[in-house]
Amino acid sequence: MSENMNWSERQTSVWRTNVGLAEMLKGGVIMDVVTPEQAKIAEDAGASAVMALERVPADIRADGGVARMSDPKMIRGIQEAVSIPVMAKCRIGHFMEARILEALGVDFIDESEVLTPADDQFHVDKRAFKVPFVCGCRNLGEALRRIGEGAVMIRTKGEAGTGDVIEAVRHMRTLMGDIRALTVLPSDQLMTAAKDMGAPFDLVEEVARTGKLPVPNFSAGGVATPADAALMMHLGAESVFVGSGIFKSGDPVKRAKAIVEAVVHYNDPAKLAEISEDLGEPMVGINCDDLGDKERLAVRGW
Amino acid sequence: MVQTVGVLALQGAFAKHIAMFRQLGLHAKEVRQVSDLDGVHGLCIPGGESTAMSKMMVRWDLLSPLKERLCSGMPVLGTCAGLILLSNHVRDWEELPRLGGLDVTVQRNAYGRQIDSFGAPVELNLAQDKSTSPYSGVFIRAPRIEEHEVGADVEILGTRAGEAVLVRQGNILAATFHPELTDDDRIHRWFINTMMNS
Repeated sequence: MSENMNWSERQTSVWRTNVGLAEMLKGGVIMDVVTPEQAKIAEDAGASAVMALERVPADIRADGGVARMSDPKMIRGIQEAVSIPVMAKCRIGHFMEARILEALGVDFIDESEVLTPADDQFHVDKRAFKVPFVCGCRNLGEALRRIGEGAVMIRTKGEAGTGDVIEAVRHMRTLMGDIRALTVLPSDQLMTAAKDMGAPFDLVEEVARTGKLPVPNFSAGGVATPADAALMMHLGAESVFVGSGIFKSGDPVKRAKAIVEAVVHYNDPAKLAEISEDLGEPMVGINCDDLGDKERLAVRGW
Repeated sequence: MVQTVGVLALQGAFAKHIAMFRQLGLHAKEVRQVSDLDGVHGLCIPGGESTAMSKMMVRWDLLSPLKERLCSGMPVLGTCAGLILLSNHVRDWEELPRLGGLDVTVQRNAYGRQIDSFGAPVELNLAQDKSTSPYSGVFIRAPRIEEHEVGADVEILGTRAGEAVLVRQGNILAATFHPELTDDDRIHRWFINTMMNS
């Protein structure tokens, strides 16, 4: 074995199989749903997976209080309603919620800042699980820490439940910029780069060599229109999560379809014009600049 | 002349297939609409979600143009969801709009949920492939070809624990697993050498 072997080539077969599922979800849309009926609408619209949760982020924001893992009964209902993969969220660091979701047979766990964190120091040790995990990030250091813990998919955090795409753009541009910056560093500067961004050295080395994350990179938090979805694809997202953007809009059936189509044809403005036509009201949204620091979800986790 | 493979890029693992075809010296391009089929000599239907891909094929009128090419003998490689879309029968989902052409009955998600996904050795029986090293298949929420539902014209080219997992019928080669997710390019190479260059 070459000593220059990449980090990802040393991973287990479970890791490979789980990254494989993330690969299968590329070029698609993962939709937040709160009922089996919504899950069906999402599947019929061509969603590649659904995220089962009790409240979409916009409602979590509005309601306040502690947001926790969803009721297993509700998750089961959604699993029975659709044949596409079903994801569910656990709180940051709440490995027992994660164990429960694994026992339910969800296809992917999102260790998510949208729920109230359970641990302010430690994220879940995701390598200890067979079920795959996706985690949020705002920059490359955060992405590589999560990957080092075992996440097989990364999504930029954005600012969930706002319908304002600015934070999603900021995080994706930061992540992609961080990756590009690494690729031009000579190898004798990589350890300092790893120290500065607080990321595992092996992963920093691999990204410097390959110019990309070792796992798929999706976008989340604030996508509300087909144009938003296409924008994120151009900035480097390989798929898009849409939370409140669909079922908080005027016509979820139409909008769900349109966002799926926009991800496929993100490179074709004429088709995007056709797709964006007559979709009814988008979600009302919250301007991210109006959010106080305590209202920001993206700063949860480290 | 270097041949071009069109990889259906409506959703799923299309980028991995494109990378593998390019590594093997072919041109490979994404197919998202009918005009993308111009100049294509072979097709690939990747893994992903068969329902999502089916919807998009219907929405963008790709079903008939793809079927025409299949019927005219254009070679096609289908993996996982791709195999489902090429199968004549889908257990409990006959109404799924798809291409068909492969005389098998397939069961979707036959092994269970993602925690039941697995890697396992596949015994390959590819003429002209003299390599004897084991092939490791990656099965992700994989479909299963039903044992007694394989047509007489279908050749079984790969098995896992006695079950058919790689099959060929005329110009169609289809796998229930994901050759694009490994570094082992034997199946793509065989597709190019045997089916595209014949």
